[in-house]
Amino acid sequence: MDKKLFEGIRVIDFTWHLTGPLTTKHFSDMGAEVIRVESRRRPDIQRVNERTGSFKQFTTGKLSITLNIATPEGLNLIRQLIATADVIVDNFAGGVMERLGLGYNAVRKIKPDIIVLSSCMQGQTGPHAKHPGSGHKLTALAGFNHITGWPDQEPVWIAAYTDFIAPRYNILAILAALEYRRRTGKGQYLDMSQYEAGIQFMAPLVLDYGVNDRVVGRMGNRLPNAAPHNAYRCQGEDRWCAIAVFTDDEWNSFCNVIGSPALAADPRFASLTSRKDNEEELDILVNEWTVSRTAEEVMKMMQEAGVAAGVVETGEDLLDNDAQYKHRHTF
Amino acid sequence: MADKAEGMLGPYRVLDLTDEKGLLCGKILGDLGADVIKVERPGGDTTRNLGPFYKDEPHPEKSLFWFSYNTSKRGITLDIESAEGQDIFRQLVKGADFVIESFPPGYLEKIGLGYTALEKLNPGIILVSITPFGQTGPYRDYKTADIVAWAMGGEMIPFGDTDHPPTRISHHSQAYLHAGADAAAGAMTALYQRWSTNQGQQVDVSIQEAVVNCTEHVTSSWDLKHINLSYGRWPDPGHELTRLWPCKDGYVSWFFWGGPMSHSNVPLVELMKSKGMADDFLLNFDWTKYDAKTTQQEIGQMEEPTAKFFLAHTKAELFQGALEYGVQLYPVSTPSDMMSSPQLAARNFWQKVEHPELGATLTYPGPFAATEVEPPRISRRAPLIGEHNQEIYEGELNISPEKLSTLKQTGVI
Repeated sequence: MDKKLFEGIRVIDFTWHLTGPLTTKHFSDMGAEVIRVESRRRPDIQRVNERTGSFKQFTTGKLSITLNIATPEGLNLIRQLIATADVIVDNFAGGVMERLGLGYNAVRKIKPDIIVLSSCMQGQTGPHAKHPGSGHKLTALAGFNHITGWPDQEPVWIAAYTDFIAPRYNILAILAALEYRRRTGKGQYLDMSQYEAGIQFMAPLVLDYGVNDRVVGRMGNRLPNAAPHNAYRCQGEDRWCAIAVFTDDEWNSFCNVIGSPALAADPRFASLTSRKDNEEELDILVNEWTVSRTAEEVMKMMQEAGVAAGVVETGEDLLDNDAQYKHRHTF
Repeated sequence: MADKAEGMLGPYRVLDLTDEKGLLCGKILGDLGADVIKVERPGGDTTRNLGPFYKDEPHPEKSLFWFSYNTSKRGITLDIESAEGQDIFRQLVKGADFVIESFPPGYLEKIGLGYTALEKLNPGIILVSITPFGQTGPYRDYKTADIVAWAMGGEMIPFGDTDHPPTRISHHSQAYLHAGADAAAGAMTALYQRWSTNQGQQVDVSIQEAVVNCTEHVTSSWDLKHINLSYGRWPDPGHELTRLWPCKDGYVSWFFWGGPMSHSNVPLVELMKSKGMADDFLLNFDWTKYDAKTTQQEIGQMEEPTAKFFLAHTKAELFQGALEYGVQLYPVSTPSDMMSSPQLAARNFWQKVEHPELGATLTYPGPFAATEVEPPRISRRAPLIGEHNQEIYEGELNISPEKLSTLKQTGVI
């Protein structure tokens, strides 16, 4: 068998919850030796939380040791392990690794070219560095809840959304640092803020505010350059299909699919501008057509005609029904 | 001329053929120091038509979306379907490390520039392909849109309320950004492998798969319990929890977190107590007992005084209190709030970027990592249409000015 991609790379993993474990999973999935250092006194909440499978999902391919690093013997053992490592990752609140005696300046004395990544809510420096939090709430601080939901309604909760942005930037930072170490022999300390990672995904709206002094709000499922553009109710309980029509060509195809070619030329809907002006009426018409069909049927008919459409998939759809995931062995 | 430091990816060159589905990939590699050349169709990419726009003027050189995700790139125009354009592209590939693209699967093969063709020119080339559903499988030719990717990635069904359809995050596509970041990780992972194999490869990024990697509990709830999460039906056993709360001037994000995180509720009670707004129930509740057996009525008793407390205070007051008491609460912020954050200011997060042709300096989100070693940074603003044609075609490929003029007139560049 060929050498695994990251074979020979050892990662000491102090992470817990979501962001940290997702970060190190990229490396364990591709052959790095990831060693989780766990506390029996304060175990990973995902490990003890039986209601979800997140721990199982995000900890695959990793080794685990338990160690009380608050004791001198424990600290000595972890220092020995660090001397053999390439990368250290933690996602405690800011300043915790320093307090444990495992800050960058301490560990670089043991292993000069070590790459250390700390991932916390708002970064290791600044007045908010030590504030504890979780992605469920940081998603609000980074602006995402404000732009999710309907214009006349309260913002919509989207779980720990930024917990899935931060790991991507963490992985990128470690990959770049490994490449830099390969060329120069130098390690480094990577101070990662989930807040700053999240804002990368808000950039156009940041510029819009800075330049045009505009704070945009929630638009439901609407988009300025598409209509129909929504999730439409289909046959069955809680079944939906998303449909997105951008161009007039797609609009014509859409009208053919629903068996109303005449609708294409209807002045209420003939151009994108008119479709946007009469979008509420249009959504009602689309719903009338979708509601008696299955979401899968709607998706297939639309896609075969070149219109973007997709089942609003449930957990069951993702794991058991979606032919694409099956074909690609995604799970 | 940009002041380009070496950067962590300093030695590498990237040819970026992507549209909005993949622009972030090249931006990340560019901000990390790679020499990224955005290859646009003659006249400029259609992605330049995406708003919002500078001073609200729809114009291909004023798209703020384009600005956002094309930093640290140079720009050339090239028709890669024409014979002469292909010759030029092949020359560029010989000197490149990465080609990133987001055409429909099979398009590059069809025009003779698929991975097999590129690999013959340059065995080390890493082709990163970002497509709606991947290069293989029954849906590979399906079209996507952000709402479709969000739906089919399982990231839509859990969110919204019972009066509306499931919902996506408004405005520009989030799905494409996840895919773009995954593509950059794929590119660098392939680079790491190239150092031991001396071989490039094609990296196949599926936007659908990028989205499904954002789902929390959706797959595992089905896998372990055969529960389909749907809006409001989150896996808190038996509890309906308020998660976004109105306050005096907006909303805050907070919920009473039970089980192993129940200790995180104490600081909020302390904060409310300091304002004289914690009632006897909150003050006397044993938080170590807050778990699946806690009743919905008790949740109501926690939430009622809390709702009153939040309504009596502003976002800023509550955030300040949260910082002082260590409460895991954050305000529902807007870009305006973020741009006045003392934390981001203290970390010098925002980066000013000059746009001389607009006579303006714009504020951009800064580095995604703080490090003293070659931090990621915006080395130049997004390119104008064909801004570096001369620099690259004449300066690097030694195409004569006369030939360049012909290529321009014949629509090749």
